[in-house]
Amino acid sequence: MSIYINHKRELSVVATYLLLLFVLAVLAPSFFSNELFGTWIRAAPVVVAAIGMTLLIVSRQIDISIGSQFCVCSVLAGLAAKAGWSTPVIISVTLIAGALMGAVNGALVTILRVPSIVATLTTMVVFRECIRWAREGEAVNGLPASFQWFGFSQSAGEYILLIVAIVTLVLAGLFCRWVTAGRTIYAVGSDASAARLAGISPDRVVFNVFVLMGVMVGLAALLNAVRFPQVDANAGFGLELQVIAAVVVGGCAITGGRGTMGGTLAGVALLTAIGPALVFLHLQPQWEKAIQGLIILIAVASDGFSRRTA
Amino acid sequence: MQQPLLRLDSVQKSFGGVRALRGVNFELLAGEVHALVGENGAGKSTMVKIITGAQTPDSGSITLSGKTIGNNSPGLAKSLGIAAIYQQPALFADLTVAENIALRVQSPTGIGFINWRRRRNFASDLLSRIGARIDPSKRVNQLRLPEQQLVEIACALGNKPKLLILDEPTASLSDAEVQRLFAIIRDLRQQSVGMIYISHRLEELAGIADRVTVLRDGNQVCTHRMADVDRTKLIRLMVGRDVETVYPTGKADAGEVVLETRSLTSRSNGVRNVNLSLRRGEILGLGGLMGSGRSELARTLFGIDPASGGQIRVNGRIVQINSPINAISQGIAYLPEDRIKHGVVPEMSVAVNTTLAILRSISRGTLIDFKRERSVAEMFVKQLGTKTQSIETAVGQLSGGNQQKVAIARWLASKPVIMILDEPTQGVDVGAKAEIHALIRRLTLDGIAVLLISSELPELLGMSDRIAVMNTGQVAGILERGDATQERILDMAFTNTSSGAPE
Repeated sequence: MSIYINHKRELSVVATYLLLLFVLAVLAPSFFSNELFGTWIRAAPVVVAAIGMTLLIVSRQIDISIGSQFCVCSVLAGLAAKAGWSTPVIISVTLIAGALMGAVNGALVTILRVPSIVATLTTMVVFRECIRWAREGEAVNGLPASFQWFGFSQSAGEYILLIVAIVTLVLAGLFCRWVTAGRTIYAVGSDASAARLAGISPDRVVFNVFVLMGVMVGLAALLNAVRFPQVDANAGFGLELQVIAAVVVGGCAITGGRGTMGGTLAGVALLTAIGPALVFLHLQPQWEKAIQGLIILIAVASDGFSRRTA
Repeated sequence: MQQPLLRLDSVQKSFGGVRALRGVNFELLAGEVHALVGENGAGKSTMVKIITGAQTPDSGSITLSGKTIGNNSPGLAKSLGIAAIYQQPALFADLTVAENIALRVQSPTGIGFINWRRRRNFASDLLSRIGARIDPSKRVNQLRLPEQQLVEIACALGNKPKLLILDEPTASLSDAEVQRLFAIIRDLRQQSVGMIYISHRLEELAGIADRVTVLRDGNQVCTHRMADVDRTKLIRLMVGRDVETVYPTGKADAGEVVLETRSLTSRSNGVRNVNLSLRRGEILGLGGLMGSGRSELARTLFGIDPASGGQIRVNGRIVQINSPINAISQGIAYLPEDRIKHGVVPEMSVAVNTTLAILRSISRGTLIDFKRERSVAEMFVKQLGTKTQSIETAVGQLSGGNQQKVAIARWLASKPVIMILDEPTQGVDVGAKAEIHALIRRLTLDGIAVLLISSELPELLGMSDRIAVMNTGQVAGILERGDATQERILDMAFTNTSSGAPE
C-alpha cells in the first residue's frame, strides 16, 4: 500500500509499459521473439545516460549538452580503438573525457553562476562544433573486431551491455539511499538554502553531479560504440531530449528533490519500446513522435490527476 | 440592533476524515475589530478560507450585509469587498513592489497601457499611507520578510475593503511597525470597515480588538467582549486547560565566555563594530527594530554574510568563519528566521531533516546507518514532544510549531556549544510556544549558550539573562535582566544613532 502511494508515478509508467506489451502480445506476438530483446539492448546506453540525468535533475540542474558529450566520447573511443589501444585504456580515456566535459559544465554553473540550461546550451554547441572542426563530418570507420562487443561474441556482448546498464542502475539506486553523498543531492535539490545552513556545500554537490553526468555519458557512448563497426559523426544527436523525457516520465520532479532510479528505468523502457512497437503494429512510422507524446502525456497526466483527486 | 456585516451560520467543513469546522456561528459588525483566537489546527485558517472563498463549506451559510453568498469564490469575495492579509506574504517575488501593487489593486491606469510613473506614484502613496518606507521600484525578493508583509498590507488596503481579515499580520513585524499597523486599523474602524484579527500574540489583542471569539477543535467555544477577558482566561479557553503562562526560570550559572566578538563588522549587511560576549549556559537576548541588524549579526556569526572586519572568538580562540560549514565545525548552530525558506527541507522526512547536519556521525564511512538515524530521530521526537505521525512523515505536513521543533532537533543533534535562535516562536501556537521556551531554558542548563533574537518584547524580557539592543547595525546598549524593561529597550532601539556615529 505504501509502495502504491509513494511510487504512484513509477507504477503508472510500468503499467503503461505492460499495457503496450499486452497490446503487442495480442496483435503482434512476433514482437516478443524478434524485437523485445533488441529494444532493451538499444536502451542500455540510454539507461546509463538517464542515471546521470536523474541525479542532475534531482539536484535541480539540467544538462542539455549530453548529446554532444556523447558524440565527443564516441569519436574518441572510436579513434582510440582504431589506434589499437587496449580495451581498459579505451574505457579510461572515454570516461575521463566525459568527466572533463562534465567538469566544464559544473564550473560554468557553480563558479561563473551561469544557469545550467544556458551553460549547457552553450557547451552543447561548442562540444559538437569541436567534433565537426576536428572530423569535418567524417565517420570513424573500420573499428577493429577486438573493440566490437568488447571482443566477445555478439550474443555475449549484448548480455554484457544489459548487465552493465542494470548493475550501474542498481548501484546508483543504492547510492541514493545508502550513501551520505546521495542524500545531499536530494537535500540540495529540494532546498539549497536549507542544505547550505545544514553545512552542506550546494556548489560542491552540483559540481560533482555534473562530473558524474559526464562519466555516465562516457559509459553510455562506450556501450553504444561497441555495437557498430563505425562511429557516426552525428552520434548522440537528440539524445538529451530522449533522456530528459524518459527521466521526467519516470517521475523525477523537474523542480528538484524527487526522483528514483526505478522510475527512470521504467521511463526509458517505455519510451524506447514505442518506436519498434509501432512498426510491429503496422502503424505509419511518422506517427511515432505523436504517439510517443501521447503516451508521455498519459503517464504524466494520470499521476497529476490521481494527485488532485487524492 | 445593527445588522451584522458578516454572519456565518453553523458552517461545517471536513477534509477527508478530519472535521476542521463543526458548525461554527460567527458575527462581525461593521466598524468592529473581532479577534479570532485558537491553537494551531483549531479551525481559524479554514474559517478564513471559507470567508475568502478559497474553500467551500460542506454545510451552513455565509451572509454578507444581509445577503446570503452562495457559491463563494475568491473572485466573488474580492468583488464583494472582502480582503485578507496572510502570515506568509503571497507576492510575486520577481516583480517590483509597484508592479505587485498594480496587479493586486484595481489600478487607476488607463485601458491597456501602463503608465509607469502613475503606477509608482500610486504605490508610494499607498505605502506612505501605512507609513512604510519602501522604494516601490525595488523587487520584492530584495525585501525582507517584514517589508514584504507591509507591501501585502498596502495591497489589501488599496482595494478599499469592507471586510478585512488579518491573519497573523504582526508575526514578522517589530513593535514599532505593529503600532503603525494598529493606527491603520483604528483608522479603518472609523471608516466602518469590519475586521477579523487573528493573532497568537494575545497581549496585543487587548489594545485593538472589540470582541474576541475562541475556536477550539473546530468548535466555536465562546464570544466575549475583549474588555471582559484577560490573557490567562483566553489561554484557558483556547487550550481547554491551564497552561504555564510564565516564562521558565532556573537560570544556569553562567560559565566561561564561549563566544566573543570584537569590533565585528560586515560591510555586506551593515553590521558595524559589534562587541558582545556570550557565556556558557546564558541566554543573551538580542532586541531592536526590524532591520536594526539583529538577524544580520546572526548571519555574520554563522558565516552566511562573512565579516569584513573585527574578530570572532570561540572559547577564547580567534576563528575565521567564512561559511556555515566553518561555523558548524566551531559548534555554532543557527535557527533561521524564515523557517520554511531556510530551516527545514519540507519534502524530506522528519528523520532526514533531523540528521541533515550530522550526516557524518550517523554513517559508517560514507554509508548511512539507518538504525542510528532512526534512533536519533525518535529520541528527539520524544524529547521535544514533536507531534508527527511517524519519523518518515514529510516535515512539510507538520504544523508550524512542530516544524520548528524538527529544525531545533537538527541543531541539537549536532551538539552545539552556541545556538543562535532567530524568532524561534514566530507563528507558533501558545501551547507549543511554552514548550519551546521551556526547551530553550533546558538547553542552557546543559551548558549551551543561546543567542535569542525576538521581536516580541515579553518573550525577550521573559527569556533573556541579558539583553543587547541593536540599532542601525550596532549594539546600542546591554541591559541586565533586572534592569530591562520594555520602555528601556524601546528607548535604545528608537534613539537615532545613525547620524552621530562616526564611520
